[in-house]
Amino acid sequence: MLKTTESWGSRVGLILAMAGNAVGLGNFLRFPVQAVQNGGGAFIIPYLVCFLIMGIPLLFIEWSSGRYGGKFGNHSTPYILDTMAKGRLFKYIGVFGIFTNIAVVAYYAYIESWTMSYVYHSLRGTFSGMSQSEVAGFFNSYVDVAHSTTGIPYEAVVFYILCLALNTFILSKGLKGVEKVAKIGMPMLIIFGVFLAIRGYTLGTSGASDLFPNANAWDGLNFLWTPQFDSLSNPKVWLAAAGQIFFTLSVGMGTIHCYAAYVKSKDDIALNSVSAGFMNEFVEVVLGSAIVIPIAAGYLGLDWVINNAGFGMAFQTMPYLFQQWGPILAAIAGVMWFGLLFFAGITSSLGMGTPWMGFMRDEFGWSRNKGAWSFGALALIMGLPTVLFFQNGVFDDYDYWAGTVSLVIFAFFEVILFAWIFGMDKGWAEINSGADIRVPKIYRFIIKYITPLLLGWVFFASLPSIFDNISHKNTYNKAAFANEFYAENFEGSGTSVGTVESVDGQHIKFSFENTRKRYDKVTNEAVTETFTDYKEYAFKDGQKTAVQLGDVVKPGDLIATGSFTNDVFYKNIGRAMLLGLFLFISILVYLAFLKRKREGRATL
Amino acid sequence: MNSSAIIIMVVTQAIVIAFTAFFFYKVLKTPPKPEPDSYSENDDVLIRKKDTSDE
Repeated sequence: MLKTTESWGSRVGLILAMAGNAVGLGNFLRFPVQAVQNGGGAFIIPYLVCFLIMGIPLLFIEWSSGRYGGKFGNHSTPYILDTMAKGRLFKYIGVFGIFTNIAVVAYYAYIESWTMSYVYHSLRGTFSGMSQSEVAGFFNSYVDVAHSTTGIPYEAVVFYILCLALNTFILSKGLKGVEKVAKIGMPMLIIFGVFLAIRGYTLGTSGASDLFPNANAWDGLNFLWTPQFDSLSNPKVWLAAAGQIFFTLSVGMGTIHCYAAYVKSKDDIALNSVSAGFMNEFVEVVLGSAIVIPIAAGYLGLDWVINNAGFGMAFQTMPYLFQQWGPILAAIAGVMWFGLLFFAGITSSLGMGTPWMGFMRDEFGWSRNKGAWSFGALALIMGLPTVLFFQNGVFDDYDYWAGTVSLVIFAFFEVILFAWIFGMDKGWAEINSGADIRVPKIYRFIIKYITPLLLGWVFFASLPSIFDNISHKNTYNKAAFANEFYAENFEGSGTSVGTVESVDGQHIKFSFENTRKRYDKVTNEAVTETFTDYKEYAFKDGQKTAVQLGDVVKPGDLIATGSFTNDVFYKNIGRAMLLGLFLFISILVYLAFLKRKREGRATL
Repeated sequence: MNSSAIIIMVVTQAIVIAFTAFFFYKVLKTPPKPEPDSYSENDDVLIRKKDTSDE
């Protein structure tokens, strides 16, 4: 075993690296959307409550577990958990702490590569003169790998590989490289964020146009912050708040354990963990809420925002909005916005490389270079299906299984392990060892009872959707290969039927009744209204439509025949790869166990 | 903006900014622990202390 000589350069560097790991794309894109969809200003109440009773306890648990494992020379979750309790199985729960990172970085680096590419396109003036729909269309053609927007063949793949190579190169420099990026990236991110937030707060009605005469940035802020207190009694809102806290703090991943494993036992973790946690909250609540929603509402109107709020706004809308500021400011704002997202992304993706590198170094004596480049290769192999089959839903499937389900499972088990098996007496002593602040005693009770209960609730409430996903319940085309194609849901609830408006051999256009929300300025609430929407299907050679003009079609009805390879096929490839990765890491953990046993270091 | 939205926004952001600033200030102001600690950038502190005590 190599003796670990790595350490953090400074305390501020460690906190910035931890905060950078937590601050990600979700701070700017997911939080405001969650707030808008879950009671506006009232969402902040369950959100902050969950931060106090789930977020901070998990930070304490992960920081102290990591530092504890580090004392025994362990820098990744399999053997950190192994040192905390007797029993051979705990190290296999720790497999999640490496698996999640590799699986998440595989698709996360793809989004990060979009931000790199969009910085380039902002500087190049690609979006100049484009309409809103053209900017949205640009994104769709960008993620279609066969299409090139710059003349570079397979542009999306090239940027993805460049992005992974950059991450790998920085990781090969060790903790010093990660820390340096955090020390540059975090201040830049905050500066860019403040600049754009000021614009969000001051835009007002100046962005209104003939097309959107009622556009008003204040409406966006109003809708985001007006409290709808009746939502507080809705369990779904609490579940959404708990979920947001979970994802924003990057807990349940194993990265925090790894970073904290390089902290010495007499050094503080209590103050460090709350500092990093609150820095993340600052970026999310103060900056994240002041950019996308108000700026989009300021140019496109709140009704548009309510109906289109989502992850795609960052890429499909913001470049168009920046164009309204003139060519020079548009380029600057584009670089700032996508630069901000890039820094948010890279400080997180670098964190995802360290558990694998720590594990291979601890157990098999791999050098930093070998660890970093093998991580890059693994991420590339795992990530290519998300790039190549993005439009077949593989990306979303990875996000669901690796970026959602496995976080909840791991966090649930680690809380039980820490509070009930490692024991609160030892756990509490570990949290307070070397602490530079007095941790309120109430947290002993919260960690032992409240956090496990809350996580258990999140876990069990997620079970129905997990089973639905396993059985591909969200599609009527469940077979990988089929000779018939069935109509999918026309809208979210699956209750609308479609009427065939036009049809030829390979195209069908349906009309159906859909709902959208309209902001009522008098009541400050979103009112639901119905409208006629359209959905089109385009089939390929060897496939033939099987409906007539005027037919009324329900979701699940036959609409085409021929030879079909459904999205389920691509999703199953992705799932097999995720399962394969988990098994591969489990085998490595077992081999490490055998090696430790031979060397007389194994715990039983 | 309506008054309830302004109140919620200002109070929430003030709380978050105040706690973030307080904790970060505490990090900056807390003196480093005696060597060896976790951080390599103050590795010379021990040597300086030895030098001083030797005088």
